[in-house]
Amino acid sequence: MKVGLEVHRQLDTAHKLFCDCPTILTTAPPTIRFQRRLRPTQSELGQIDPAVLFEFHRGRTVIYEADNDTSCLVEMDEEPPHPLNPEAVDVSLMISLLFKAVTMDEVHIMRKVVIDGSNTTGFQRTSIIALNGHLDVEGKRIPIQQVSLEEDAGRKVAEAKNSVTFQLDRLGVPLIEITTGPVIQNPEDASKIALAIGRVLRATRKVKRGLGTIRQDLNISIAKGSLIEIKGVQELELVSKVVELEVKRQLTLLEIRDELHKRGVHAQDLEDHIIDLTEILKSSKSKIIQSALQKGGKVLGVRLTGFNNLLGRELIPNVRFGTEMSKRAGFWGKVGGIFHSDELPAYGIEKPEKEQVALRLECSQNDAFVIVCDDEKSGRDALQAVSDRAREALVGVPEETRTANPDGTTSYMRPRPGAARMYPETDVPPVKVTPHRLEKIRSNLPKMQEELTKELTARYGIGQKLAEQLVNSEYSSIFEEIVTSSKITAPTYVATILTESLKSLEREKVPVANLSEKQLKAAFDLVEKGKTAKESVPEILKWLAQHPEADPQSAVQDLKLGMLSRTELEEIIRKLVSENWPASMGKLTNLVMGEVRGRADPKLVIELLMHHALAGSQNK
Amino acid sequence: MSHPELEGYHGEILEHLRKARARIGNLIRVTSKTGDVHEGYLFPRYQYGDQHHVVLKLRNGYNVGIHLGRTEKIEVIGEGEKPKFTKAPPLPKQFRLPRVSIISTGGTIASRVDYRTGAVEPALSAEELASVVPELESIAEIDAHILYSEYSENLTPEHWTGMAEEAARKISRGADGIIITHGTDTMHYTAAALSFALQHLPVPVILVGAQRSSDRPSSDAATNLTGGTAIAAAADMAAVGVAMHEEISDHHIIAHKGTRVRKCHSSRRDTFKSIETRPLARYDLTTHRLETMDSGTKRDKKRQLTLKPSFDPSAYLLKSYPGFDHRSIDSAIQQGARGIVLEGTGLGHVPRTSYDSISHAVRKDIPVFMTSQTIWGRVDMNVYSTGRDLLNLGVAPLEDMIPETALVKLMWTLAQTKSPDEIRRLMLEPVAGEIIPRTPYLMEEVH
Ligand SMILES: [Zn+2]
Repeated sequence: MKVGLEVHRQLDTAHKLFCDCPTILTTAPPTIRFQRRLRPTQSELGQIDPAVLFEFHRGRTVIYEADNDTSCLVEMDEEPPHPLNPEAVDVSLMISLLFKAVTMDEVHIMRKVVIDGSNTTGFQRTSIIALNGHLDVEGKRIPIQQVSLEEDAGRKVAEAKNSVTFQLDRLGVPLIEITTGPVIQNPEDASKIALAIGRVLRATRKVKRGLGTIRQDLNISIAKGSLIEIKGVQELELVSKVVELEVKRQLTLLEIRDELHKRGVHAQDLEDHIIDLTEILKSSKSKIIQSALQKGGKVLGVRLTGFNNLLGRELIPNVRFGTEMSKRAGFWGKVGGIFHSDELPAYGIEKPEKEQVALRLECSQNDAFVIVCDDEKSGRDALQAVSDRAREALVGVPEETRTANPDGTTSYMRPRPGAARMYPETDVPPVKVTPHRLEKIRSNLPKMQEELTKELTARYGIGQKLAEQLVNSEYSSIFEEIVTSSKITAPTYVATILTESLKSLEREKVPVANLSEKQLKAAFDLVEKGKTAKESVPEILKWLAQHPEADPQSAVQDLKLGMLSRTELEEIIRKLVSENWPASMGKLTNLVMGEVRGRADPKLVIELLMHHALAGSQNK
Repeated sequence: MSHPELEGYHGEILEHLRKARARIGNLIRVTSKTGDVHEGYLFPRYQYGDQHHVVLKLRNGYNVGIHLGRTEKIEVIGEGEKPKFTKAPPLPKQFRLPRVSIISTGGTIASRVDYRTGAVEPALSAEELASVVPELESIAEIDAHILYSEYSENLTPEHWTGMAEEAARKISRGADGIIITHGTDTMHYTAAALSFALQHLPVPVILVGAQRSSDRPSSDAATNLTGGTAIAAAADMAAVGVAMHEEISDHHIIAHKGTRVRKCHSSRRDTFKSIETRPLARYDLTTHRLETMDSGTKRDKKRQLTLKPSFDPSAYLLKSYPGFDHRSIDSAIQQGARGIVLEGTGLGHVPRTSYDSISHAVRKDIPVFMTSQTIWGRVDMNVYSTGRDLLNLGVAPLEDMIPETALVKLMWTLAQTKSPDEIRRLMLEPVAGEIIPRTPYLMEEVH
């Protein structure tokens, strides 16, 4: 097995890569909408990506949404790009030096053709900053083949049969891409290396944090399998699981191939005779079929010779071979789904109907079939794709680009593109990297892990282990900001919340990555200003993670974690003392603290209690 | 200075590459003084690049620049490939479709990219156009050829003459519509020129261009060409027009009247606007619906075209501004101006300091005309005393004619007659809708 990693991370620069827009995402409703159609720029048949050509001929419309706060004419492809953002170049050079890579003397911006609509131009601007670096991970030297700087794409917000909608706020946010050599040999190493790369990037303190700012792509191949590109693994922890499941998927596909060979199936047995089954199924109880027929659709079917019982075969948890076919059908035919014989009778299609369909498609015992209900053109495209996929099963594992799901499984995304279709971005002049510029960056390189740990223990007096955890977390720079701006919150307390408390919230499946820097700082600020007790912070953070965008003050109100006023506290104490008198001071303290924990300063409780206990005894 | 086999390289680096016997496209290896090795195809140096960097296209498609000062050795390790553009297949004959002639004058409305070398090749023959813009095949039977290859800023009145004659030739051979592809910068000047040169048109003559170059998937070139061709082929009108995007969406292509159109934005797709008049026609790219909006002159193939293709460039367009130096008028006179268009402020004013120079021009039988730099609106020189003074000096107001159109019309008029009085008369006689007696209230055309 061989795995190569591509780690993408957004840079936290003031501006986007080719314009002066901020690098923030919007939550406001869009105020600008427009539509485009992208077309291949090249008529050389052999050189055009078949998927690209297909998309074009389908006539899919791309809809863009934007607002004036996060996008300008550059994102809309209505104004040429401005020169490459020098801040982003500096950060990329810094990252390159940290990986000891050879920086390029002149950075050339390229256009990489992508016509799925995610870029208004029809290409992604990308550039090589450095080549041939390395990273040592637990004694092993991992080659860092390439460090590139590119623009992030638009954010897909909706997809319909004939249109796809992107929000432009993310388009143009600088993205650093770190590509390792294809040398990783097992799933655990893949995760470890991804984490180690992440640590180097974070050390620059110039990368964004949180959900959606990091994406890993994996290139995985196994012996006799194929090179599979997996896009968009959002969490580092998931990397090893994705690798493991992909290996399993490829091995099962090889088993299916062997089984087909054993059954004597040949490619010519899988000619796509698509047959209209509307007559047979027109009074079916299946809601899907009825709704498609009402819209004037048809039920079409195709026989898959020799595939009986293979479509239901599980490749990885919840992904059957039939699921793969269904995704293919969805991509090429834009159909919602397919039915295959291994899962029938079900979904309102009954046994006699299944038998009639099998008869009409001339299926023998060894054969399977797939049916689809949609408009005729979509249905035919879908079944054509199903037959193609069936033929590929005879060869083994088809080369594909797949997308990672949150559970570590992957789904078919599109065929693997051919050789990179790249040409120079003539609207942006190349950028020279002078020895002077490089030296300036080299002399200001950020400290790496061990050094940072040492510094944190020395400067803030926190324990070695806590310091290590902080450095490994996303939060060491926020930690320093909170602690240096605070007068009363102890560094160890802040560090513990930012490491252990957040970890345990994560274990409770609280979406901790949602927490913004602003929210974190504000939460500690409440303690600082005496508006809530130290003990309440984890509760507040939990609430905030579940309410992104909200401010901590609302958490305090919602959770009733505000501090009691002196009068309120006195009232509680007076009541408890009179109800329980006579009692020992210790018992009274416990009673009061049980009632007001987290809402009153313990020192004040003791002081007031002393006063009232004294008064109480005198009154008796 | 130019070395086609080492395009763009000069000075020191050119010497090194020559010594290494390297040519563009060769697979070369560059070894640095510190021992780093880079291999890739030698790529042409971009225009105005310095003479210190060699550009390699790496095997993964990326370009990088490597500084000569840090290079130990350059060697050729392989031949590499030449850009390959396969020939477009011949067009099927479309017998029942209208015939549209495409005359290209510059820019590249359609092009093909060789991704390996980055070479961009213009697609100019009818076959190539159709292979890049397949929509054309169902709209018209196309013939295409190149007349000029110039950026539009380099075009001159002589080119207008050439274009007018070429269009007339195509019309006389039975074309149902003419398309002229043109750089967008000066497209409205050419459109005005052709409006005066081609009178009593039997069919539409439509200029199209692109605001986004045709080497990118988002280019507006193909959609403008498609819409323009649909309008040229079938709109029920016969005038010179400029067909471009109506909005920033790929939704409508709109044809503006040649004498009433102006480029109003440096980069947006919907840069061309009709100035205080309705456009000629609109094509919907999604529904393919064609709407003729101004059928003042209907298409009629029996109508006899009048060709008046001559222009005399000794006309001047001078813009007034605070501190306007009257010597620019004097200098125009000295340079042999036969007519001057002033682009005045507001209703048509210039500073008092230029009165003497204006009066000098008038005395020398050089007609002086007034237009307004406000773009929208009509000049009126009776409202303020400055206007009345200028009228008394003999300045002729040109109503609502847009300044660029006025300049072009003056060049055309100068070629029609030698008489100053006749020049003044012709300038004010509407030929192609350049003067509209009523100013309509058209909200949507004004930003
Ligand atoms: Zn912007």
